[in-house]
Amino acid sequence: MGNKQLYYEDVEVGGEVTPLAKVATSQMLVKWAGASGDFNPLHYEDSFATSMMVGSPIVHGALKRAWLGHLITDWVGDEGTIKKLSCQYRAMDYPRKMKTMTEPHEGETWWCKGTITGKRVENDEHIVECNIWAENGKGEKTTPGSAVVVLPSKKRG
Amino acid sequence: MTEGSLVIDKLTPLIGQVSPPGVLQVEAGAIARYADAIDDPNPLYRNVEYAKKSRYGGIIAPPGFFGWPTQGGGLETGAVMGKVLNAVFESGMMRVLDGGVEFDFYIPVRAGDTLIVYGQFVDARERTGKTGKMLFLTMEQTYLNQNGDTVAKQRATLICS
Repeated sequence: MGNKQLYYEDVEVGGEVTPLAKVATSQMLVKWAGASGDFNPLHYEDSFATSMMVGSPIVHGALKRAWLGHLITDWVGDEGTIKKLSCQYRAMDYPRKMKTMTEPHEGETWWCKGTITGKRVENDEHIVECNIWAENGKGEKTTPGSAVVVLPSKKRG
Repeated sequence: MTEGSLVIDKLTPLIGQVSPPGVLQVEAGAIARYADAIDDPNPLYRNVEYAKKSRYGGIIAPPGFFGWPTQGGGLETGAVMGKVLNAVFESGMMRVLDGGVEFDFYIPVRAGDTLIVYGQFVDARERTGKTGKMLFLTMEQTYLNQNGDTVAKQRATLICS
């Protein structure tokens, strides 16, 4: 935001989507539960998560999807438009616990990333396609997906 | 081998059923809290002056936000999904996980919009994996705004085991 606008002519197939770092914390999961209205105890209660065979509370899939939305909206800027977004929740992610009221413990940082797989002009729209994903601290893609966006063109037309 | 699947037999008649429409108010405060929760500082979601000067002319919602609760479109609450999940739990499956989602966005969702959502149960498939039987359920949701325009479609997969 407030960054230089990305144009269709700026992107090349094989190029990358500007990566975005995210840190899932127990606090973020609480905020997400309230903001999304998903109050499944799988995401905040140890004994329930254990009984569901996931070990301990896991990051909401939809939260990781929202991170990927952020990845794309930051990348395409105010003049870009997101047309399609999809992802699959392939593996569990576990949030960092909080050390203080505002600071998490040391631990994993997730990265949202993407590569450009196609670009084309169709019906006067400058369309760009990408593979996107969120990866955990070990570099494993726990949440692969794809996006289709429309970018402005420098050739005004 | 040929005994078939009881849970699939119960779910098949539900395929194609549509939940009663849900109404979602897209409130500015709910948009801002959603953006806060994911650490997205984008001013389009909360700064009225900034958003007015943008090409949208006002506050918009992040992609995938259609009002609170975000799964208010019959996924958990709708009559059809209630029947679907009952059949799943009756079959002895206990765990329902979000498998993934696909969105098509047509027009921006704006603060102040009133959306109507239709949720449809579209598919049920059973697979046997390493850890036993798994059930893949697919739901499709269509969101319309107060002008009757389709703003987005969403296809979500639930994995039951």
